[in-house]
This record gives sequence, structure tokens and C-alpha cells, in this order.
Amino acid sequence: MKKKSNYKGTFPILLILLVIITFFSIRYGAVSISLEEIFSSCRKFFTEPESMDLTERIFMEIRLPRAILCIFVGASLAVGGTLLQALFRNPIVEPGLIGTSCGAAFGAALYFALGATFGFSVGKWTLPLAACLGALLSTSLVFFLSQSRNSGKSSIVALLLTGIAINALFLSGVGFLSYIARDPQARSIVFWNLGTLSGANWTSVLIVGISTVGTILISLRYAKHLNALMIGEEEAQFLGVNIKSLKWKVLLINVIMVAVATAFVGVISFVGLIVPHLLRIINGSDNRFLIRNSAILGGILLCVADLISRMVLRPAELPIGIVTSVVGVPIFIFLLQRKNYFF
Amino acid sequence: MIQANNITYRIGSKTILKNISVNFEAGKINLILGPNGAGKSTLVKVICNQLKPQEGSVFYEGIDIRKASVAELAKVRAVLSQNTELAFPLKVKEVVMMGRYPHFSVNPTAKDEQAVEEAMHFFDVEGMAERDYLTLSGGEKQRVHFARVVSQIWYPSENGCRYLFLDEPLTFLDVHYQFQFMHKLRELLKQQDLVIVGVVHDLNLAAKFADHLVLLNNGELLSAGTKTEVLTQENMKTAYRLEPVIHNDERGMYLFFE
Repeated sequence: MKKKSNYKGTFPILLILLVIITFFSIRYGAVSISLEEIFSSCRKFFTEPESMDLTERIFMEIRLPRAILCIFVGASLAVGGTLLQALFRNPIVEPGLIGTSCGAAFGAALYFALGATFGFSVGKWTLPLAACLGALLSTSLVFFLSQSRNSGKSSIVALLLTGIAINALFLSGVGFLSYIARDPQARSIVFWNLGTLSGANWTSVLIVGISTVGTILISLRYAKHLNALMIGEEEAQFLGVNIKSLKWKVLLINVIMVAVATAFVGVISFVGLIVPHLLRIINGSDNRFLIRNSAILGGILLCVADLISRMVLRPAELPIGIVTSVVGVPIFIFLLQRKNYFF
Repeated sequence: MIQANNITYRIGSKTILKNISVNFEAGKINLILGPNGAGKSTLVKVICNQLKPQEGSVFYEGIDIRKASVAELAKVRAVLSQNTELAFPLKVKEVVMMGRYPHFSVNPTAKDEQAVEEAMHFFDVEGMAERDYLTLSGGEKQRVHFARVVSQIWYPSENGCRYLFLDEPLTFLDVHYQFQFMHKLRELLKQQDLVIVGVVHDLNLAAKFADHLVLLNNGELLSAGTKTEVLTQENMKTAYRLEPVIHNDERGMYLFFE
């Protein structure tokens, strides 16, 4: 086994990469924006926002919030994946596999298809709220149904199988809702299920940003306990970890983290799976480093995916969920085949 | 000293431990013996507070362990279980550092680093500090876990004793390391505040190293005391359904089965 690089070097390198990628992301797209326009747009935004021209507006109202939202969502999904992998002691778990994403999709579909009928609405918060509730429902269903009656422990096989079942259930719910929905709503559901960042604005940046930064900071506090969990639940208890409360807290953090992000941008798969894997290869598995670094690497990967999704069919856009899957699946399979990577 | 009084533990209608009372003193190698399914591991789990007995209680220095919190107990009590497997690749020194987790909040202090280094040196695993734990052999992994559990209680506690529980620690070791490990335990016991309780299968190893033996059979306490009191022909016949020839000469005591 080759010697792994020092933990400390990775974070700054990733940070620099993130800045570079963000720079490309805000410059290129359907319209390329020059450096001068970026600077003048920033200046005018604070001094005389009315006098901005079209390109400057595109930058300030579309490109920039989109890039920032992209970073936050990527960070949320990647850290969510890291937390779940640590919690379930399994490297192939991601928010999509244990129902979080499907539940959110179901909640969103419910809003698209029947929101008008129910008449329940809290303005633009309705969609995120519906998605969060759906995610909470499906994830807790998977979590509790997969626990053994006798020991109260969750076996990985039980967990994944329950996840498959609950996923199928919620996806058929989504299918049913798009079947009964009228055309514009049905298309909204489809788009949402493929993931899109085109709806980014400063409100969504603010909400997702608060949720992302807050939950990541909290989750860092549990990194040590999640490390102890690596050698088993009993062993972790011998090391002073209260397993029951840890499971609850981490699961809740994860649902908030993933559901809020998913609520604004739709279902984006594989980021939560790939990012921790890549980092483990560079870095080992210490969660204190994994959480911090996967936040940055998640941002980088999603920014790249977003850039690809905007560039391939320019000026049209590809749904970002398709890009992450097309890029993510081969990487995942490659990782699985590596001989020196243990499970 | 650990006192376990009238421990009864049931799973469903099956009684695993029947009214067992035993004491384990500091400064001695205390070993629990018994045939498969006698309840050895269960007894260890009860006295290290992993399992709650339906009846009876366990006292560390007179304090009921049910009153201690998981986090507090972890500072003075380390447990080596059977079949510890790691879910992710991790460096050996990181695995050993886990032993120090109860003692620091976010980042290890210099004291924790020192304990890890000394424990790794003590068990002769410092050469693999940078290696991936998952690439180690069974015996090497076991020695890494020795270093981990010992680093957990490396420094004397401010009040009271330290406790080390070892559930079949010798399983993956060759004869050399089995003996080395038992000698290391003896060395650790020079610190007077250490209580060591272990489960072993090898009766001759027990005869050679144990100061105090507890023999379980079918969930009941068959015998407890020194090796000459416990390792008798009659007890062996009851527990193992075999009649050994027991030699006791100037080289020590050993049991010969045929």
C-alpha cells in the first residue's frame, strides 16, 4: 500500500481548486462574462444597482448565486454521504440509497401535483418544506424498519434492502403523481427529479447556505464519535460513545442537510457517494478530515458538473443530475474494481 | 477491586448466567475459563457494563457501575472484544489513537500522542504505525488492538483503579506472541491500580499465568480460586467431559488431555 499523503496538505489544495473552478463557473455559460464586467457588476451592485447592463445583471442575478448555491449543495450532499457512510459503517451508502432523496422527490411531487388542490401554502417555502418532510418521513421509515427487533441494531444488509423497498415505494408515488398531474406540473416533477440549478437566486443561496454551514459545523463535533464507530458499535460504546443518541443526531443532521439542498435543486445523485470515496483514497478515513474536505470537494465536483451541464448543449442546459450520474457511475465502478481498496 | 454480586442474566426464557458472585482484585491476572457456551463472554460484558443483568449488581471499588456514565467509565475501563473489524481503511496509529478518544474532545493533546506512542512501543507495533490497518495479518491486528485498549487506560486515574477486560485476546496469536502477551500483562500489573480480567480457552496457559481463576459451566459458577483449587480433575471432568492428567512439578503445572 502506498504511503498516504499528509492530512494537512489536502484542505488548502482543495480550497485553491474550488476558487479556480468557481472562477470558471461564473465566467462561462450561455454568455461568457469578462473580468471587467465581473468587477464593474460587483461595484455597481453596491453603488448604483439600477445602472447595471444585461451582462452585469446576468452575472449578479443568475451566474453568481448559481455558482454559490452549487458549492453549498455539493458540500451538503458530500458531507451527507460521508456522515451516512460513517454512521452505517458502510462505504456504499449515500443519501439516495436510504431514501432521503426519494422522500424529498415525493414531497416535491406532492407539492407540484396537488399543492394547488390542498390550498396549503407558505409562499416560496412550500416546496422546500414539502421536500424536507418527505425526506424525513422516508429516511426515518428506512432507519426504523431496518432495525432488528431483538438487538435494536441495524444490519447493513437489512438497511440497504429496506432502502431499496422504501425507494421503490416513494418512486412509484412520484410516478403516480406525475401520471395524474397535468402537463406543466408533470414536467416540473420530471425536471426536479433530474436536478437543476437554474432556479438559483439569492434567497435560495441564503437558506441553503445557512443550512449547509450550520449542519457541517455541528457534524464536525461528532467526527470523533463517528471514528470510534468504525470499529463497531460495541467497541464505540467502550470508548465512551452513546450510540443511540449519536445515531439520532447524525441522522437528523443528515436529513436537514440533504433535504434542504435537494428541496431547491432537485435530486442530484452520486455526489454523496463519490466524494468520500475519492477522499479516502487520498486521505484515509479519519472523519475529522473527511467531513471538512468532502465539503470542499463536493463543492468542486458539483461546480464542474454544473459547468458541463451548461456548456454541452449551449445555450440549452442539461439537467445536472444526468451529468453527475454519467460522470459518477464510471468513477464508482472504477473504485469498486481497484484491488487495493478494501471493503 | 471488582465485585459482582448475584448476577443473573437472561435472554428471553434462557438463563445465560445463574446467580454468579465473583471478585476480581487489582494486581492479579484474573482469568475466566469454561467450555463453549458457558457464559464467559456474557459475564465479561456484564461486569464491564455492556449488558445489564436482570438481577444482581457490579461494583468497582464499591461504586455501582450502573451509576457511572458511558463517557466517564470509558476513561478508566478498556475492553478488548472478539472479532473487532474495521469498516474503513485507517492507519495503525489512528486505530490506536481511538483508545484516547474518551480523554480529549476534538484534537488529541501531547499527552494522548505520548500514550499512543508508548503503547505502540510496548506492544511492538510502532513499526507499522503508518500502515493501513486493513492490510495487517490477524495476529498483527490483534496486537494493534492491544495497544489501543492499553493506551485507553495508559495513565493512572485520579480516583480509583483502572480496569482492563480481555475477551479471548490470544485467538489469533502464535505461541511466541501468546507468551509475550501474557508477560506484557504481568509487566503492566506492576502498576498496582490495574484490574485485569480475561477470558481464555487454553487451560495450560491459564495454569501458567493466572493468579486467580473463575471456572464457569452452563451459566453457573463451578469453581473460583487459585489454579490448584480450580484446575482439578473433578472440575475438568464436569466442565469439559475429559479427564486430564495433571502434572505439578518444578516447571509449573500443566494439564495433559488424551
